[in-house]
Amino acid sequence: MSEVPEGLKYTSSHEWVRAESDGTVTVGITDHAQELLGDLVFVELPEVGRGVGSGEECGVVESVKAASDVYSPLAGEITAANEALTDAPELVNQSPFADGWLFRLRPADAAALDKLLDAKAYQAQLDDEA
Amino acid sequence: MDKRTVLYDQHVALGARLVDFAGWAMPVHYGSQIEEHHAVRTAAGMFDVSHMTIADLRGERVREFLRHLLANDVERLQVRGKALYSCMLNERGGVVDDLIVYYLEDDFFRMVVNAATRDKDLAWIGERARPFAVEMRERRDMAMIAVQGPEAREKVYAALEPAQADRARTLRPFNGVDAGGVFVARTGYTGEDGFEILLPEERAPALWTDLLEAGVRPCGLGARDTLRLEAGMSLYGSDMDEETSPLESGLGWTVAWEPAERNFVGRAALEAQRAAGVERRQVGLVLQDRGVLRGHQRVVVEGAGDGEVTSGGFSPTLGVGIALARVPARIGTECQVEIRGRLHRASVVKPPFVRHGKRVYSV
Repeated sequence: MSEVPEGLKYTSSHEWVRAESDGTVTVGITDHAQELLGDLVFVELPEVGRGVGSGEECGVVESVKAASDVYSPLAGEITAANEALTDAPELVNQSPFADGWLFRLRPADAAALDKLLDAKAYQAQLDDEA
Repeated sequence: MDKRTVLYDQHVALGARLVDFAGWAMPVHYGSQIEEHHAVRTAAGMFDVSHMTIADLRGERVREFLRHLLANDVERLQVRGKALYSCMLNERGGVVDDLIVYYLEDDFFRMVVNAATRDKDLAWIGERARPFAVEMRERRDMAMIAVQGPEAREKVYAALEPAQADRARTLRPFNGVDAGGVFVARTGYTGEDGFEILLPEERAPALWTDLLEAGVRPCGLGARDTLRLEAGMSLYGSDMDEETSPLESGLGWTVAWEPAERNFVGRAALEAQRAAGVERRQVGLVLQDRGVLRGHQRVVVEGAGDGEVTSGGFSPTLGVGIALARVPARIGTECQVEIRGRLHRASVVKPPFVRHGKRVYSV
């Protein structure tokens, strides 16, 4: 049973989003996503400063099994990327909601965050897929 | 995935993630594919490979039959228990399957072929066996466990009865022996030392449990694939198939050309290909950038045309992307591979990449 922490927002493509106090959001992939992928061996992150649209491909997580695109949950500008993953992609498996974060972005429209799934709705989606 | 091996309940109890493989519910990993891979390179791991097809061939003319059926020559097997790796070809020189054949008695050979090709293999062999009055019997009543790694043999001895262990201790690489109804062979698909154990189904769960208690780590098909890739071993259906010959697949070494009068299936086509010159060959690739090589990626060889990755992955032992690829024969020491629309540099090497836990290729 994969973990779906309360207080985060989610996308149907298995990213999680956390609102930070400085107005940016942190993005990663969910526990369910990392479990499906298996051991990660390579992560490609967006460049800092890049503008992204909502739902735009902006990274790749690659496991022993397959490569999977990462989509930006919101429109905005990338403000940080988790460089630790370059040498230690396994952090995504070990700690998907903390050390294994992928990137931060400053949303063009902060209110858009509210339209993402909450933990309950994301859990319902996982239950449907099971 | 309606077929289950006799070890299915053990896999579920060990928390395996099960996937469909040729209709069988098989463990892809038991938590971490990479940790399983390292266990085989540094200690000992075991694989349930009971889905593989075991076929016993009996008859006075069985040796003569196999010298006709297989591209490698079973005449090389002069000691009982000795194993031979071979391709079985069609008349066009394409590979019907690759297999291991054991010489057990003068009128008795045992073959292990791939699970995914079971139906066509048995039909192919059965049809050609008839004129030689060779009887083929599939051994669905047998299970198969591969135990691999530098500590594998010691741990197998601990799990076997003392008398069985004494028989197994005498085995040199690529030899097998019957040890009290359990057939133990010093073969494998990982590039490490170890055994493949063929035994009656009803005895397999107890052996699996004894191996677990001896400290052997259960490993899934995921690790089996990265281990065999590092070892430069071909996977049927990816690295070769009915449309490619052994000469284009890095398997020329398995074709026994001598004696010239041995007329095995596919020989004429192979000889014609060899005489005309083989335009494509198999090489190993090591990605110079970070990333992962995957099957079907395009290989760009400057001035010589394109090739294709036939199997690729991330090497847990080396920490780089590696692959087997079929490329224009004129390839040099470098090429480029297209990954998600971008070209990345790769070094061309001679497989294997890893043997006995160590890097063996040179760039």
